Amino acid sequence: MSRRKTERLLNLVICLLHTRRPLTAVQIRQAVPGYPEGDEAFQRMFERDKGELRELGIPIEVGADPWDDEPGYRIPRQAYELPEITIEPDEAAVLGLAAQVWRRAGLAEAASGALLKLRAAGAETEEPSAGALEFRVDTRDPAFPALWEAVRDRRPVAFHYRTAGHEAARERVVEPWGVVSRRGKWYLAGHDRDRDEPRVFRLSRIEGQVRFAGRPGTVTVPEGVNVREMVVPYDRQPHDRVAVVRLREGACEGLRHRARDLRPDGPGWDRAELVYADTERFAGWVVAFGADAEVVEPPDAREAVIRRLKGALSS
Amino acid sequence: MSSASRLPRLLTLVPYLQAHPGMSVGEVARTFGLSEKQLIDDLQLIWMCGLPGHTPGDLIDVSWDGDEILVSNADTIARPLRLGVDEASALLVALRMLAELPEIEDRDALARVIAKLERAAGDAASAVSSQVSVEVEASPDAMAVVRDALARERVLRLRYYVPGRDETTLRDVDPMRIVVADGRSYLEGWCRRAEAVRLFRLDRMHSVEALEEQASPPPEAEPVDVEAGLFRPSPEDTVVELEVGASGRWVAEYYPCEEVRELGEGRLHLTLRTRDTGWVRRLALRLGDAGKVVAPASLAGEVRDTALSALALYDAAPARP
Repeated sequence: MSRRKTERLLNLVICLLHTRRPLTAVQIRQAVPGYPEGDEAFQRMFERDKGELRELGIPIEVGADPWDDEPGYRIPRQAYELPEITIEPDEAAVLGLAAQVWRRAGLAEAASGALLKLRAAGAETEEPSAGALEFRVDTRDPAFPALWEAVRDRRPVAFHYRTAGHEAARERVVEPWGVVSRRGKWYLAGHDRDRDEPRVFRLSRIEGQVRFAGRPGTVTVPEGVNVREMVVPYDRQPHDRVAVVRLREGACEGLRHRARDLRPDGPGWDRAELVYADTERFAGWVVAFGADAEVVEPPDAREAVIRRLKGALSS
Repeated sequence: MSSASRLPRLLTLVPYLQAHPGMSVGEVARTFGLSEKQLIDDLQLIWMCGLPGHTPGDLIDVSWDGDEILVSNADTIARPLRLGVDEASALLVALRMLAELPEIEDRDALARVIAKLERAAGDAASAVSSQVSVEVEASPDAMAVVRDALARERVLRLRYYVPGRDETTLRDVDPMRIVVADGRSYLEGWCRRAEAVRLFRLDRMHSVEALEEQASPPPEAEPVDVEAGLFRPSPEDTVVELEVGASGRWVAEYYPCEEVRELGEGRLHLTLRTRDTGWVRRLALRLGDAGKVVAPASLAGEVRDTALSALALYDAAPARP
């Protein structure tokens, strides 16, 4: 934005905020310096200016003056101004912490912009400072900015997605309901149009660009949807299966810590009962202990471990 | 800041200067993330603007004599613009994340400030901020002890589990701070055993107690720059290369890889550096036929040997040639 344009727009904002009754384009042209001579050139520039101000969130009201046929414009002060907000010192402290969360991450500029506005309104907020608590939220996933926008503007998106274990990425069209960061990984929850079902996607498995696949405002988040609940974690599945595992004496700290009913089982070995939810995950966990752990039962878990060990030999 | 954001900045700067009369050019420039020259350029621009008519009496008065900035005759834009949806949502999402942390004692202040922001920002922002959420795992018991030790500057004694080596070790740590990153809480401190700054995940502390001894991290104990990533390999670390199939691609998401190369058909070639290769051996066993260690060859051999002796437990070892 050139300096002259910034100047013209600032004058336009002041002019439209100042006026009590709507001003016609002709009146605005007289009141705000910097518009060109020709009528057509003026109209074009004025239209663009209005568009840019609206994009910045500046509300321009269009109303007809009863004594005039032309439409009139003004900025209603109530809709423009940040409402009166008082921030107590303890609130200022937590606001400072909140702004620190996004430091240098995707939303850093938005967060510091908000903080500046609050200060400009006279609220004292604290500078985010390094202290005994340090936060980091990573938003480096390339898909994050587009999905944040899509959620904000309620518009559908399309992207290529690689499902776990699949060789190729396939296109998905999704009505986004929300994005959730869990254990440092971002997930998109929404309605998958092709499958006509609610689905969860990992941002790290999105390949290439996220495109908008519809106009803003065309996504409705159904009543009662809880995006956090949708990203159902494995560890909240019921751990309702029990395995018996032999553990070599002096080894398998990690298994022992989670074992119930640990008892000696012949020279050099102990016997433990472990509860789990998913056989494959359980096998993956136990197999890592190598020759220090042996799954005795159930048979499917035992088989799963053997399969992985053979796989490690053959691969 | 890009030039496109200059108008919004000016619309914040003018009310800010009116609310803080007499601030210095340097202070204001720092607050707005500008150079002093950029700020003065902004002030000169503001000075050219004002009410229709643009006679001297209509224009905004700006002076920065003797380094003190004074702005007057700008009543029309004396209040900042409303918070945008992005702005309010960014703060609200962060505040809601803080509200989940047991280490924030000021719940009352959090609830109040969330309510105030929602009121000031309108429906759109509170809707967006409830659709974007950052979860943090809590370990309230360990956290209480660690917080207390930090406040009283006491040495902490941990029984700490390292899954990569499957061992629990006893460590005395001079606590430095708590780092909440990537959804987990860590204690950062000087580990007396390793004689280095280390991060300890709170959920991996099998026990933690504060000793009577006064904590005193040595002067060389520099906090980790969390922005640059929590775990950075050092040049002395071993370079490990792995090849994984489509069902082993998750490895690239979970472990910090130096290089990830597509091999076609969903396969990946991964390069990473590590101080301790024990966890890679465990990872390779876990992967089964979904991945293998390519280098170093000695590590690949270790994986095979371990798999063979484990299969012997199951009476399933292949006959040796």
